[in-house]
Amino acid sequence: MWLWFHKLSSPPHAFRTAGRLRPWFFWPAVLLIAIGTFGGLVLAPEDYQQKDAFRILYVHVPSASLSLMVYVAMAVGAAIGLIWRMKLAHAFAAACAPIGAWFTVLTLATGSIYGKPMWGTWWEWDPRLTSELILLFLYLGYMALRASFDDTQRADRASAILAIVGVVNVPIVKYSVVWWNSLHQGPSISKLSAPSIHGSMLWPLLVMMLGFVLYFAAVMCDRIRSEILRRERNASWLSEIDAET
Amino acid sequence: MSQPSSDSTAPLLRASAVHLWRGDKHLLRGVNLTLQRGELLQIVGPNGVGKTSLLRCLAGLLPMESGEVHWEGRPISECRDVYQRALAYLAHANALKNDLTALENLRFSVGLRCTVTDEMLLDTLARVQIAHCADLPARALSAGQKRRLAIARVLLTNATLWILDEPITNLDVAGIELFERCVAEHLERGGAVLTAAHQLLLTGRPNVRTLELAA
Amino acid sequence: MSAPGLLGIMRLIVARDLKLAVRHWDQVVQPLIFFVIVTTLFPLAISPALDELRRIAPGVVWVAAMLASLLSLESLFRPDVEDGTMEQWALSAQPLSILLLAKTFTHWLLSGLPLVLMSPVVGTALGLPASVWPVLALSLALGTGSLSILGAIGAALTVAVRRGNVLLALLVLPLEMPVLIFGARAVDLAMQGESVVGPLNLMAALLLLFASLGPIAMAAAMRISVET
Repeated sequence: MWLWFHKLSSPPHAFRTAGRLRPWFFWPAVLLIAIGTFGGLVLAPEDYQQKDAFRILYVHVPSASLSLMVYVAMAVGAAIGLIWRMKLAHAFAAACAPIGAWFTVLTLATGSIYGKPMWGTWWEWDPRLTSELILLFLYLGYMALRASFDDTQRADRASAILAIVGVVNVPIVKYSVVWWNSLHQGPSISKLSAPSIHGSMLWPLLVMMLGFVLYFAAVMCDRIRSEILRRERNASWLSEIDAET
Repeated sequence: MSQPSSDSTAPLLRASAVHLWRGDKHLLRGVNLTLQRGELLQIVGPNGVGKTSLLRCLAGLLPMESGEVHWEGRPISECRDVYQRALAYLAHANALKNDLTALENLRFSVGLRCTVTDEMLLDTLARVQIAHCADLPARALSAGQKRRLAIARVLLTNATLWILDEPITNLDVAGIELFERCVAEHLERGGAVLTAAHQLLLTGRPNVRTLELAA
Repeated sequence: MSAPGLLGIMRLIVARDLKLAVRHWDQVVQPLIFFVIVTTLFPLAISPALDELRRIAPGVVWVAAMLASLLSLESLFRPDVEDGTMEQWALSAQPLSILLLAKTFTHWLLSGLPLVLMSPVVGTALGLPASVWPVLALSLALGTGSLSILGAIGAALTVAVRRGNVLLALLVLPLEMPVLIFGARAVDLAMQGESVVGPLNLMAALLLLFASLGPIAMAAAMRISVET
């Protein structure tokens, strides 16, 4: 079945590489997240204003930045797939969406838990949380569009267009939401962002951030493998792989 | 109508090793064909064998898994505009608006490709023998009259290559004869016709070939 | 036989769609009635007191406009795709993006512009002072243009999908949120007697951005949709 190999990167090669790389991402991620958690929950001093409540930021901030990074990565993958007709890039974009959506959900959940002691409500129309919510809608729309096509190739290209339109829109959404919020109230007392912190409070955050990125890479390896399996279910190399293991 | 940059010795249309998947099904497995000026090529085969898909690939509507389609020696991806100007495509659907009259339908569909006068439109309607329907909304036409109207559009687009998907569907005996005459004239003028057909046209003539797609 | 120019083609498509709309005027009027009905729901659901309604009026008009625009999108491309016209367009040797832009412009003429014209009536019913009408109409004029373009991208993506109308709303509404924010805020600011130049400029900028990039996305999406 040479037909399956004429594209830039061959699925079996990508499949094997992802499998080989996975532990190199996964175990460092576990280690870094463990260190970051210990550093954030135990070693870092209590904030004089926010007490212990700020500690949730060690989860909130990395997932917030990942949620946006993954969306951009997804759009880049989609664009590459669209322009160079590269199937692997489409598979990458498809694998990005659910991970990114989960990071977004995690951001919203931790944001709302943080909001309870800080603002006294579970939900505040804070500009960051609001744009994160719109980002979740964009992810959900992307996944819904992809699911509505029976043909994988058409699903790939249609959702790629949506991802590109979405990524152009993300800064507009972000800006408009900030503008919208600034009209309503002055800058809030405790913004849901990394406060200007130093030393003992900062390093666990950076460690966590790196841990999250590696965790994303590890999950991506798994997801892209299953995505390749699904797409290549008729290809002959799969039975060879089956024989190997 | 040929472009100065094109290779005059090359066949008008050449497709090589066209592969196409639909879902899990490997539908077209390396189809090759060539078409010269003045030739009619009829693609035959049982239902579901991929005749329509092949025509759509050749027209450039459906991306192929692999393979090449050349127009006058150049890949159609490189000369899409030239190719599309030289191409008239008739699908199963007639591309008619039920709320517009026959004349308006022609005016709007042909008008996208070339400037035409109402006189030319009426002449062509007369040629396909539905001149009396010119001011009737398309919804009032019979299935055969709608097909004739769609054929009128193909005649008016002034194209070199006609790609016609089961063109004689719904046509009566007189309509089929009329259509065969139109095809024969087009071939004599140096045009080329590619059809998917269940019923062969112009049998026994030179320059008429069939290509059988096997399941 | 000479090939017609781009402007001539756009004129041809606008003329065709207007003619079709006149022969099917009910489909044009329905979203407008929907617009009026939705704005009627709010006084019923919240309060008949005008000073209370006045506070939420900009948002109400804008949300209703967004929903009405969404409702009319469903039929923007579907008839042309189903009867095979769209694949003829895709093969017409004319830029598909320009053809679709012309169609989207007609959609705005038939769905956006009537909302603009009706906005003073609806605004009055919700207690908006006459001094705000121009801003309301202008914000709707700029905003519904953007809504039509973003909506057309969504419609082109979902036109080949069975029962795509819920999906269409899911895709398009999040993309349209910035337009809603600027539009409703502009009217709000006008009511408070503040300058509305900022948001209106931003809306004009968005309209230009969408009008220049949107047709490319529409055409790319439409080529995928006519593949079946």
